[in-house]
Amino acid sequence: MQQVAILHKPRTLVRRWPADLADRLFVQGGQWLLLALLLLGVLLPLTAMLWRGLAGDPGQGGGLAAASELVASANFRWLLGNSLKSALAVVLIVVPLAYAFAYALQRTCVPGKGLWRGISLLPLLAPSMLPGIALIYLFGNQGVLRDFIPDNIYGFWGIVLGQVIYTFPHALMVLLSALALADARLFDAASSMGASPWRAFRSITWPGSRQGLFAAACLVFTLCVTDFGVPVVVGGDYQVLSLEAYKAVVGQQQFGRGALIGLFLLLPALLSFAVDLWLRRRQRDAMGGRAQVYHPQPSRGRDGAFLLLVLLVSACLLGVFGMAVYSSLVKFWPYDLSLSLHNYAFSELPGGWLAYRNSLLLATCCALFGGVLIFLGSYLLEKTRQSPLTQLLRLLCFIPMAVPGLVLGLGYVFFFNLPANPLHGLYGSVTLLVICTVAHFLTTAQMTASAALRQLDGEFEAAALSLKVPLLRHFFRVTLPICLPALLDIVRYLFVSAMTTVSAVIFLYSPDSLLAAIAVLNMDDAGNVGGAAAMSTLILLTSAAVSLLLAGASRGLLRRSQAWRAAPGH
Amino acid sequence: MATVDLQLRDIHKGFGAFKALDGVSLDIAAGELVCLLGPSGCGKTTLLRCIAGLERQDGGAIRFAGRDVSELPPQARDYGILFQSYALFPNLTVAQNVAYGLAGQGRDAIRARVNEMLELVGLTGSEQKYPAQLSGGQQQRVALARALAPSPSLLLLDEPMSALDARVREHLCGELRALQRQLGITTLMVTHNQDEAMLMADRIAVMNHGRVEQYASPQDIYRAPATPFVAEFVGQGNWLPFERDGEHARVGDLSLRLHSAQRGAGHAERGRLFCRPEAVVINPPVHEDNLFPAQMREITFLGNRCRLSFELDALPGHALLAELAPESMPRLSGAEIWVALPPRSLQVFA
Repeated sequence: MQQVAILHKPRTLVRRWPADLADRLFVQGGQWLLLALLLLGVLLPLTAMLWRGLAGDPGQGGGLAAASELVASANFRWLLGNSLKSALAVVLIVVPLAYAFAYALQRTCVPGKGLWRGISLLPLLAPSMLPGIALIYLFGNQGVLRDFIPDNIYGFWGIVLGQVIYTFPHALMVLLSALALADARLFDAASSMGASPWRAFRSITWPGSRQGLFAAACLVFTLCVTDFGVPVVVGGDYQVLSLEAYKAVVGQQQFGRGALIGLFLLLPALLSFAVDLWLRRRQRDAMGGRAQVYHPQPSRGRDGAFLLLVLLVSACLLGVFGMAVYSSLVKFWPYDLSLSLHNYAFSELPGGWLAYRNSLLLATCCALFGGVLIFLGSYLLEKTRQSPLTQLLRLLCFIPMAVPGLVLGLGYVFFFNLPANPLHGLYGSVTLLVICTVAHFLTTAQMTASAALRQLDGEFEAAALSLKVPLLRHFFRVTLPICLPALLDIVRYLFVSAMTTVSAVIFLYSPDSLLAAIAVLNMDDAGNVGGAAAMSTLILLTSAAVSLLLAGASRGLLRRSQAWRAAPGH
Repeated sequence: MATVDLQLRDIHKGFGAFKALDGVSLDIAAGELVCLLGPSGCGKTTLLRCIAGLERQDGGAIRFAGRDVSELPPQARDYGILFQSYALFPNLTVAQNVAYGLAGQGRDAIRARVNEMLELVGLTGSEQKYPAQLSGGQQQRVALARALAPSPSLLLLDEPMSALDARVREHLCGELRALQRQLGITTLMVTHNQDEAMLMADRIAVMNHGRVEQYASPQDIYRAPATPFVAEFVGQGNWLPFERDGEHARVGDLSLRLHSAQRGAGHAERGRLFCRPEAVVINPPVHEDNLFPAQMREITFLGNRCRLSFELDALPGHALLAELAPESMPRLSGAEIWVALPPRSLQVFA
């Protein structure tokens, strides 16, 4: 057999190091490092919280005896009742509204979908106090629409309205994805059998989105029960549990009592999380591989009605946020309505601009370090041999989703404030705030990364190995460029979340690491509502600017890589 | 055959309770193209991945050219692999894909090598294109060029044709085979498609339930299947239950003469007779052995041949198949036919 010399090579197969040493270091080292970070950032603080709540020393309001005493007290029942009542009311208002809004965006031919979507996500860009502050300017004792409500806004309805605005985009995002995919063939089959649109909705759309609806309800309920940004601003005498936990720890140094209430707040989250998981498992593969994507056909009556609803909701949101921005620019509400930047003179306040700078630093660090770490971690989870270690890591990554920020923050207090903890020095530093914030928002970011990575051909890594290319180099050469849009998405999510979060970090800041969102809370507490509105507006603008910047970068990136993204070859 | 290049000894691999590989041993000679053929789940892909080092076998030894690589990571083995999906990197150009495994050489050397490889697979001029801009067949060639660029001494092909449509497939099978011959590279290919295996392989290893049922040339696999599974999996066949009656086999009321090779001792008392459809003779012009009356049921026209379904009068309800050239069809008239099952074509399975 005549052979061509094309495969002849002078090559030595002797190497000094095992060929896969670098890869092993990268994979094994990375996974163990990830485990250490997750233990430190998630599991140990939560364990500390449990321990402090159930077996704490007397005098700080912890322990089982204190727990039963707490549950038996009339005050606790009143707080619990208040929390449940307002949270349920919010669920009943927000979920149907968000469902209709999501339906309008996904299943009708309403014009200007991108615009409505952008407006509806506005509340994500500001701390949860902002809706409360706007409500005060609208319906407060000196509000512009004061006469439209019989009583005053402080109390039950203030909390409900504020939390409706705060939770609307959260519910919307869940429902948008629940309604995103529909199999056109099912609708064709229904109409060929003479089913009315209403019947088709009941038999196709509704069963397919029920689970998403439940998930949205659970999410909203949990957010409401654990949020204290809105109650602290417009709650008035209507006290709720989350506020009580905050007051116990920050005001009275009653760590045990705070932990106990935190445990109570963990219950609805864990419960709804478990039910949600169970439902999700039951509803797997509703959308088969051969499904055809459903595109709604124009229908005048339906589209008109939904457009009206979308306009109404958008107008309300714009009104509320416009009011907050406007009020921050007013010189002295309600006596001198001339515009000025007087409220933005933060340098005259204790903390002042430091808080804003800290927030920027925190958000940037969370976005960059957190984003890279989470993406690399997800790569190590998705693209390596599955082992008990990767299973454990997956589980640990999942926990933060079920843990409210308030509970996580308390856990950090108990764990990092232990004098015996060698990491005690981190307490009160921006570093710890970064760790806590990344841990808080870990699950969503990790799921985004994993979803993007799972779309890549599973044989890419095997191909790289067979070509003797180190895994880390392959990651930077192939994986990262393909997944860059998803990474930018994660960076944006982490940045905005870090800019606006209050719930976890409120227990962890020191005067030197004061954050903008916390400054909002403090200013409002001190009666400086104008300053609070100004700082909220600043956060809103920063989040919006960074989001737009990253969206633009992502779009430019996609355009530049159009040549190879254009058509999947096979 | 020449020297043994790839040697597999008693390879075991399990996934939980499932035995993917149950003691596989194969010798592949240098320059040979061997196909692993079998239904999905038979362990052929697992075997390929064990050879590639992408899965670690539970037991057994793998040797490349006398070197034991059983415990080595993929990077330390010396092979190129072509995946079912090709796994071309979509963000890299054709040239960059081919150059992916060539790091550490000079820039000029890499460029020269890339040009050489693209010329080899006939894709000169596509250097700056992205995989998404190529057809399926072209993508396959890029993947092949990429796998061969670092000069591996073994080529592994994982269902290389399954992503292509039938027309391109046959053409590329021929091309791939020609290229393999030209390079003289030892090649192991996994496929579930018997036509591909027949077309390309020097030898075929038919696998089932994690075991090699038969390892032989395509001709031997087809003409003399070693097990009922091989007989059934490769090509079409007729099966007749029988009981032994001296030198004859009794099928229902019929007595069939067997070929001398099939009469020997050690054969079971009862079992199944196997016969290829094309070996069945319909209405022979002269007398033949094992000639029986039958009823014709159906004729299917397949282009270059016809398939005929019939039932022996002595064995009603048991549909059998015959294949014959279309030009012999006019000899058929009416449903009544005579069918000969030549003794040479009858094979006995226990």
